[in-house]
Amino acid sequence: MESLHAKDKDLVVPGDLIATGMGFLPSKGTYRDGDKIIANRLGLLSIEGKVAKVVPLSGNYTPKVGDKLIGRIEDLLFSGWRVNLYGPYSAVMNVKDATSEFIGRGANLAEIFALGDIVTCKIVNVTSQKLVDVSLKGPGLRKLKGGRLIKVMAAKVPRIIGKDGSMTSMMNQATGVNIAVGMNGMVWIDGTPEGEIVVAETIQKIQDEAHLPGLTDKIKAFLEQKTGKKVEPRAMTESE
Amino acid sequence: MPYLKRFDGRKFDETRPITAKVGIIPRADGSAIFQIGNTTAIAAVYGPRELHPKWMQNPNTGILRCEYNMLPFSGHGERVRPGGGRRAREIGMVTENALRPVLDLKEYPNCVVDVYIDLPQTDAGTRCAGITAAAMALADAGIEMKDMVAAVAVGNVQGSIVADLNYDEEQNKTETEGVADIPVAFMPNSGKLTLLQMDGEITRPHLKQALEMGKEVCKRIVAIQKAALRAKYGGSQ
Amino acid sequence: MSDQKQHLLKYLSKGLRYDGRKPTDYRAVSIEYDVSNSAEGSARVRIGKTEVIAGVKMAIEKPYPDTADRGNLMVNAELRPMASPDFESGPPTDQGIELARVVDRGVRESECIDVHDLCIKEGEAVWSVAIDIVAINDDGNLFDAAGLAAIAALRDAKMPGTNDKGKADYDNRTKNKLPLKHVPVPITVFKIGNTFIVDPTTDEENNFDARLTVACKEDNHLCALQKGGEGDLTIDDIDHMVGLAQEKSEWLRKKLR
Repeated sequence: MESLHAKDKDLVVPGDLIATGMGFLPSKGTYRDGDKIIANRLGLLSIEGKVAKVVPLSGNYTPKVGDKLIGRIEDLLFSGWRVNLYGPYSAVMNVKDATSEFIGRGANLAEIFALGDIVTCKIVNVTSQKLVDVSLKGPGLRKLKGGRLIKVMAAKVPRIIGKDGSMTSMMNQATGVNIAVGMNGMVWIDGTPEGEIVVAETIQKIQDEAHLPGLTDKIKAFLEQKTGKKVEPRAMTESE
Repeated sequence: MPYLKRFDGRKFDETRPITAKVGIIPRADGSAIFQIGNTTAIAAVYGPRELHPKWMQNPNTGILRCEYNMLPFSGHGERVRPGGGRRAREIGMVTENALRPVLDLKEYPNCVVDVYIDLPQTDAGTRCAGITAAAMALADAGIEMKDMVAAVAVGNVQGSIVADLNYDEEQNKTETEGVADIPVAFMPNSGKLTLLQMDGEITRPHLKQALEMGKEVCKRIVAIQKAALRAKYGGSQ
Repeated sequence: MSDQKQHLLKYLSKGLRYDGRKPTDYRAVSIEYDVSNSAEGSARVRIGKTEVIAGVKMAIEKPYPDTADRGNLMVNAELRPMASPDFESGPPTDQGIELARVVDRGVRESECIDVHDLCIKEGEAVWSVAIDIVAINDDGNLFDAAGLAAIAALRDAKMPGTNDKGKADYDNRTKNKLPLKHVPVPITVFKIGNTFIVDPTTDEENNFDARLTVACKEDNHLCALQKGGEGDLTIDDIDHMVGLAQEKSEWLRKKLR
């Protein structure tokens, strides 16, 4: 006999019984034990059809191919650089993935990326040992100059970006601050001190209330009240 | 003399009053505080993170590392000198073994999940409070766990099986009757045990009785742990 | 100069900090007493998200031969690894040792406890007072939180009873408080570029030039000083920092019960 013991968007805790019956399928954050589907992570339950998964509300970042991250150059290697991803796994960027321009054999790698440089990069490969390769070739991937970095919870990054970038777009509209968000839980902001302070506060508010409904409207109201500028939750344009 | 009424009037399977809260150390990846009677345990989780020294890294799986520490002013009498010692190291180890069965760390090769348990005040049942707080902190940190784990000390005091012995009960040995102090930890879904130790003396049937009581009490504690985890996010069910 | 520091200086030149505070603003401060009932006295101090607990334990011991009529006072601090990903378990680091010694200096040199008052029987029995400070969450400014927690715990402390063997009886506490004469409150002032700030967050602590911890008594007299950091300070700098510390010390002292 099949039955669902929890609803979509319920807050679940490890060990919670989600469903009974072989027709249900486990996914990320749930597992099958006999004919039961059980949660194995703290988060919000998502039930789509017969598939049960848990959207995490906490937890460190796990590298995934295709993700855009923010990293810091931390070592020069023979044919590339080691990139610190602010997590338990670091990455390697090969010379051939650094830029579309030609880099000659004897080139001084430190002149292209120096120790301490902050970059946005994309994951191109993850091995079973969690060794990560990143690339800077791609739209929007670049060295980030100036500004400052804020550490956020990796699980909250999708909310900070918003649908099609609507959250970061609103923050930029209100303050003029440039924002880059890495899936690894790092956010780079660059603007006036006053603008950056508002953005930092907004990002904290999004993290604190990520699990509550009506977040987009709340953030719109917050930004308008703080800056007196009208904002719209539209998609980010290419230049933002 | 048979122990028919507990010193503080509790029922035999009743625990002391419990409070539990999650997310109390913002810098940690996960954290929790668990107080039972006058024993309070604070647990903080950092990880998965890179493991140092490198030679300890395991390329096949992440490892769990637990540290138990009584704060200098937490002892029943005199000050406790900092530095742990053998008792603390052993408790760290049994804590690791109590939590390991619900964790699958194969997704985190070469990493460590560090659990730090500190106690600002103690009154018996310390390792159990530590394990219970640690399980909440691990869930708070978003670590994958098959089930929760809760722990409590059960025992035999002058012939009566009781749960959650306090300091006076632990010390209540006479010349003819012993006291058995049995810390246990259970996973509620399977009803399986992950911690079992004993100091004292007990018969085989009494042990079985004590373990059954421990299982039921741990299930009740898990309900409190889950409520604390939900409360952090404003959930109520 | 690192990019990080340059960025911070941009804020400071406008009188702003990353969290919107002014250079001489503290975050919210809260003090709770009696947070550990196994300690003779205890306190929890929160400054913003930084949290520190201090506990006082007392025992009756034989005095040292050269101070036969005086009790003993010890201040210890532990930067527990739970408080920050930068703290490791193991023996105390330079940071932890400096913290303990700076708080100790403020407590001892202020003579807030007259160690003669701790004498029970000259040459035979004196009270030993141990203050242990534990960092629970580090979000900057552990120095001030630790100093405040130590004095708050001392004010909370009640003397244990004495049993017939002449040792402390922890099961029968008295209602007598420790005889405290002064209330030292240490304030640490940081210099970053040309700006002086108090109550730094972790970002600011990672990018400062020099700092000065000033312990003040309630009569505004200074009883301990410690300069830290690799940068230098002019005499005018120090005078300015001392003035700021005195002002903040008076303000913080009012928060003690």
